[in-house]
Amino acid sequence: MNKVRNNHAWWLILPMLLLVAFSAIIPLMTVVNYSVQDVFDPYTRFFTGTEWFQVMLNDPALQAALLRQFAFSLTILAIEVPLGIGIALIMPKQGWQASAVLILVTLPLLIPWNVVGSIWQIFTRGDIGLMGWGLRELGYGYNITRSPADAWATIVLMDVWHWTPLIALLCYSGLRAIPEAYYQAARIDRASKWAVFRFIQLPKLTNVLVIGILLRFMHSFMIYAEPFVLTGGGPGSSTTFLSQSLTTMAIGQQDLGPSAAFSLIYFLIILLVSWVFYTAIMHRQKDPTTQGER
Amino acid sequence: MAEITLKSLAHTYVAKPQSPQDYAIREMTHVWHQGGAYALLGPSGCGKSTLLNIISGLLEPSEGEVLFDGQVVNALPPEARNIAQVFQFPVIYDTMTVYDNLAFPLRNVNTPEQRVRERVTEVADVLELGALLKQKAKNLTADEKQKVSMGRGLVRDDVSAILFDEPLTVIDPQLKWKLRRKLKEIHQRFGITMVYVTHDQLEASTFADKIAVMYEGQVVQFGTPRELFEVPAHTFVGYFIGSPGMNFLEVTVRGRDLYSGDTRIPLDEGLVSAAARSGSNNIKLGIRPEFIDVMHEPGAETLEVEVNRVQDLGTYSIVSCHLGQTPLKVRVEEGQHVEGPRCHVRFVPERVGLYVDEYRVELGQ
Repeated sequence: MNKVRNNHAWWLILPMLLLVAFSAIIPLMTVVNYSVQDVFDPYTRFFTGTEWFQVMLNDPALQAALLRQFAFSLTILAIEVPLGIGIALIMPKQGWQASAVLILVTLPLLIPWNVVGSIWQIFTRGDIGLMGWGLRELGYGYNITRSPADAWATIVLMDVWHWTPLIALLCYSGLRAIPEAYYQAARIDRASKWAVFRFIQLPKLTNVLVIGILLRFMHSFMIYAEPFVLTGGGPGSSTTFLSQSLTTMAIGQQDLGPSAAFSLIYFLIILLVSWVFYTAIMHRQKDPTTQGER
Repeated sequence: MAEITLKSLAHTYVAKPQSPQDYAIREMTHVWHQGGAYALLGPSGCGKSTLLNIISGLLEPSEGEVLFDGQVVNALPPEARNIAQVFQFPVIYDTMTVYDNLAFPLRNVNTPEQRVRERVTEVADVLELGALLKQKAKNLTADEKQKVSMGRGLVRDDVSAILFDEPLTVIDPQLKWKLRRKLKEIHQRFGITMVYVTHDQLEASTFADKIAVMYEGQVVQFGTPRELFEVPAHTFVGYFIGSPGMNFLEVTVRGRDLYSGDTRIPLDEGLVSAAARSGSNNIKLGIRPEFIDVMHEPGAETLEVEVNRVQDLGTYSIVSCHLGQTPLKVRVEEGQHVEGPRCHVRFVPERVGLYVDEYRVELGQ
């Protein structure tokens, strides 16, 4: 059969390619470009290959920051997810109370990152901050500029305060979507409250929770403004997370090559963790035989 | 095992009801006997689901009492009533296997695993779910899911009644009759009282021994499918049951005769005098399309009608015609030929019902 081959239609994807190029490829390629070169001035540069990557991966300060970063993200997830679900469960479902509680819960989400940091910076001050002053009055020597434990606890608390509402809102909408008949059937089946949660509510929340956990992981892994304003990464480097290390390197020290390499590593870690998590959850959901064939 | 009695029951969703229209269920007294297969038939919004939820305890009635075997259970929650309910949309526990789904109501009351296995196997057998027991319930088809929902009601040996709230709505038509047969079989085998809510008269009459027809929050008739067809107690039952529904002619009493418009309707004397005695100005005659004969010649009892349309339905035809201003439908058997524009019809006298204020008046009372 003679077919006229006409491939002109390929031109139609050109706008899409342009869009992707500007949104993703070009900015990223700039970083890739710097990550494999050593740039002295606009006219002098050397190709370094993977050297910057090796240096970065072996830098003990960055390794420590990476560990702190993981510890932080896992800590806040472990607190925010159960807490968010709990809040969503006790939020009123109808009437003016529902609207009022919804607004109150949402409030922290509307505050810009820098402002959150500032609010907590003042809140925790020993002389004029309610929390700092209050704790000291109670006899606890609270000081986030001296005690790493205090600094850590405060940052975690701040993040929980700022972002638990997101999980709560997502779960609230998920809970609202469960048809009444499920609860009625459960009552007739004489299910306990726990069984209702375990076998109706939690399974129906899986999808929103996946989104919530992914968002919170990515967000918290990139956290910058709040700890920077609150503790400046201290005391010492006890609350210096990855973003801050990177900024210090790129802006403070003008080490463009290493920081470009480091940016790419950073990006790949987030991508990898998110992908692994998402795939694992979706795989577990899809496979009907894993638990069936016993 | 239980006999369910509804005593002066009424329910409203309005805080301060003013008129009968505010009631979803108007005051009624009704008994569902142990072991019966009942249908609750009516159009959407007539209160049948409300009534079902009151029986199961999901709703507390605003007035009156619900009694199980003479015991008032108004205040008892559904979990304490030993009742199972199957909903319009299948409710299954997604993350569990079919086996665990069926075992769920038993495990909730700490039944020994040995007993759970016996019951689940038995019920799965009856419902033909045996091969699916190890599968996740989430991946079943709609009719399989609905069978699992029913199964959860059946596994409990303390269940005294199963309530069905339009359970076959989401099932494919070709599977509907199969499931209906299954239900009938289960009813015969276990002897459990079953109340089946539906708006489909065919579903109701194939499933139930007795049907309660609901209209505007009231049970307007409770009877066998045959009774509903032959002697509808209310004009609504006449309309709703049968296809097409009953013909109703508004008539007025003039002297010793009944007139529809200006046409005199030849009728038994007893019926005419009963109509005259009622003194009401809402008098209707009800006659089913099946009981109107088409005559070749005009006679003493015939009426002349204008033929509008003849609809051939295979083994019979439906003739749409007008008697004066009133539309009539007449069912004509295969082979009988009706030609317009006018023809003569005769009402079979003993099949004509008298309806005063929408309710049937039994003659000879």
